[in-house]
Amino acid sequence: MIKLTVNGKKRAFCGPPFKRLIDVLREDFRLTGAKEGCGEGECGACAVLVEGQAVNSCLIPVCQMDGRKIETIEALGTVQKLHPLQEAFIEEGGAQCGICTPGMLMTACAWLRSHRAPKHSLRAHGARPLLKYGRGTYRSPQDIRRVLAGNLCRCTGYQPIVNSVVRAMKRHRTPK
Amino acid sequence: MTVVGTNARRYEGPDKVCGRAKYIDDHDFPGCLFGVTVRSSVAHGRIRRIDFDPKFPWSECVVATARDVPHNSVLLIEQDQPLLVDEIVRHAMEPIALIAHPRREKAYEALRHVHVEYEELKPALTLSQALGTEALIFAPDNVFKRFLIEKGDVEAGLRSSHFIVEGEYRVGHQEQAYIENNGMAAWWDNGGVSVMGSMQCPYYVHKAIKHMFGLPDEKVRVIQTATGGGFGGKEEYPNMIGGHAAVLARKAGRPVKIIYDRGEDMAATTKRHPAVVRHCTGLSRDGKLLTQDIEVIMDGGAYVTLSPVVLSRATLHAAGSYECPNVRVRSQVVATNTPPNGAFRGFGAPQTLFAVELHWEKIAQATGIDSLTLRRRNAFREGSITATGQHLRQSVGALETLECCVKRGGYERKRKEYERFNRDPKKKCWKGIGLALVHHGAGFTGSGEAHLASRAAISLTRQGEIKVLAASTEIGQGTNTLFAQIVADTLGVPYDWVAVEAADTGRVPNSGPTVASRTCMIVGGLLQQAAHLFKKEVVEARGSFPKTRKDMHLAAVSLCNGQPEKRFETQYQTPAHVHWDDKTYRGDAYGVYSYATVVADLEIDKTTFEVRVRKITTAQDIGKAINPLLAEGQIAGGTAQGVGYALYENVVMKGGVMANAQLTNYIIPTSLDTPPMDVVIIERPYSEGPFGAKGVGELPMDAPGPAIAAAIYQAAGLLISELPILPEKIAQAKSHDQADG
Repeated sequence: MIKLTVNGKKRAFCGPPFKRLIDVLREDFRLTGAKEGCGEGECGACAVLVEGQAVNSCLIPVCQMDGRKIETIEALGTVQKLHPLQEAFIEEGGAQCGICTPGMLMTACAWLRSHRAPKHSLRAHGARPLLKYGRGTYRSPQDIRRVLAGNLCRCTGYQPIVNSVVRAMKRHRTPK
Repeated sequence: MTVVGTNARRYEGPDKVCGRAKYIDDHDFPGCLFGVTVRSSVAHGRIRRIDFDPKFPWSECVVATARDVPHNSVLLIEQDQPLLVDEIVRHAMEPIALIAHPRREKAYEALRHVHVEYEELKPALTLSQALGTEALIFAPDNVFKRFLIEKGDVEAGLRSSHFIVEGEYRVGHQEQAYIENNGMAAWWDNGGVSVMGSMQCPYYVHKAIKHMFGLPDEKVRVIQTATGGGFGGKEEYPNMIGGHAAVLARKAGRPVKIIYDRGEDMAATTKRHPAVVRHCTGLSRDGKLLTQDIEVIMDGGAYVTLSPVVLSRATLHAAGSYECPNVRVRSQVVATNTPPNGAFRGFGAPQTLFAVELHWEKIAQATGIDSLTLRRRNAFREGSITATGQHLRQSVGALETLECCVKRGGYERKRKEYERFNRDPKKKCWKGIGLALVHHGAGFTGSGEAHLASRAAISLTRQGEIKVLAASTEIGQGTNTLFAQIVADTLGVPYDWVAVEAADTGRVPNSGPTVASRTCMIVGGLLQQAAHLFKKEVVEARGSFPKTRKDMHLAAVSLCNGQPEKRFETQYQTPAHVHWDDKTYRGDAYGVYSYATVVADLEIDKTTFEVRVRKITTAQDIGKAINPLLAEGQIAGGTAQGVGYALYENVVMKGGVMANAQLTNYIIPTSLDTPPMDVVIIERPYSEGPFGAKGVGELPMDAPGPAIAAAIYQAAGLLISELPILPEKIAQAKSHDQADG
């Protein structure tokens, strides 16, 4: 039996150990927020956080997740109380068809947390900055493009997504 | 309070950012089976037999073949395409049989236990093979459709020309690459069928399914789920996959869901038509166009599908956004033994506009007049007459977009600066800046809208809820939001009073397909009229229009008169000024055109020949931006697809099948491949569009290709006339160039 924590809840999985994490999340746990776009780790639509790090859940056998903490889009915010990134994605047009959006948001979220910039807001959502990306200095739009380069979007041309992340960063930068 | 012209919040935005929007594979159907498709491995052949390996437990499966389809054709323009092959396979990856199993992985396993034996026939895989006598695919000559446009006298124009410039341009396939693959589910009850899934055009599927099973209107219901991108790729193909799901569900007596994986979606479904375009252009000494003789050949694939209409748009845009007294466009779309090509944003226009725009660089070389000056001298303005004899009376923003981009993109200054830069052999890269100016007809071509006779409605429920009823789908572009904005402002009510009904043929009238940049301009226009009807009736009944929700509820109770709702419906009527002759291909090809200029600023690495687009500046005249944020989103997104078309997206065909049907080796632009964009919206209102709006969906796809090719021409000194321009192609052209030089 594989024991894991998904969105703060303890879960157990008793099926085939090599079942892909994405299938376990979608089929066994009914968390359909993560999407399958390519099944080979190219598009990032299935990105979820494992111990705070964004990973493609289509590439991970569930047996590797024993004892791990997983976060999916379902835990980021709710329609009633959106996470700052989700709010920014709506305000800046970062979501069009919406299929890449969950993966895009999880990747952006992991990165923002790792920089402590929007600490208070993310803490409020039960997150802990576990991994660092880069050197922890100021992020430029080009840095955002680099971070999101593993998440394909066919609708937006990325500019609105970059704008969304910038907006979320600006709004929630904590005063020193 | 007005909401048109503001960035009203995306209607379904919160659901999308919370991962709550339900796409087809997110829906559960009790007792559902999972369907997969047995596909042909040969490009052309006769099926001898289909063997089902007796070692596999077939009793667990439901299997369907051509014999299970009452009317075995996918109804579109023609009926030449079977839902399942009965005898002759005409392209690789063609559906032959269907298998359903309660478990997805078992269904895929079953596929490996089916063996089809063929008598192979000689295929025609290329245009030249199809136009030769290699194989007959479509009688009598493998040509699906031809068009001819004639204006003035091309030969006389050539005789009086000072310069004559010829060129040939080529473009390959392009894959839509929506991130959600095609998928549909179907179930039967009470002798009727419901089909649900990812699609652009519910009423196309409705019509096709009715035909397949000989059912009346009310026995077929088609429901769109949240759709993860379309770009044309979910215009006609859902007829096929929806039909497959319905056939399996009928035989199984249970719901069946078919979801393609990426490899199947890329290899089996439609793509942009490859094309060859030849230009012979005559100009006066001072660079005025005197004659354009243009030939277009497109590769349609194995079945007609939408090819005649794609060819029509390609033909009508082939002469570009320029006035010329003598024009001839001869075009044809040819059958080959490859998967049918189909709708993709731009719908034929990006192919021919690439040719006419890049041709300006060749003309500039021949005449010594730069391509910007040439465009300024010849571009459409109000009063211009197009190749079909259409008199452009209003809303012509061509030159405005051009001048805006030239200024903001620093085009003339950078052109000179890069010329100096490129002379320095010590630099590690070459720099280039290029531009393109395009037009794009909004709505269906010619009499298309009149034939469609679309209907849209507004419903007022007894509870006082205002609902938009249209079959136009939300596929990311913002249909829901735009419709709510248009209706709210026309009625003079707050934006959040207006709801949008799901695109479900059981609930909404046929507002036509979600294609051809028509949703906002045509269907938005119908809704505006419906809102006027609504308002008039309420005001007549009550003396004034309700200002509070409570008053609206009271008005609704009396207007509904005991019924659950009152509908205000309108139907499309061709504007009085639009005249088109389908026989001669003369007249008003489109009610109006949108215009765009793109300036592409890039550099090429001298060692690897990689092209990096540094910046795109674009100005687009779309009449009126109902929601500027959504409009900019369309422009940025279409431009990125144009960058992919220009530089990265290379469909490799081997033996008539896509050899790189993976996102690993079919490269669509990432956030790093896509440059920052400076997007300017120009508003030259169109009198027949809602609040002056024209089309925006496809326009942004047209200009990046030729603008990037022109910038590469300045950077590397190579006029590469075939897209995509991969580093290998530049390297090869460079080595030829040096060998020749």
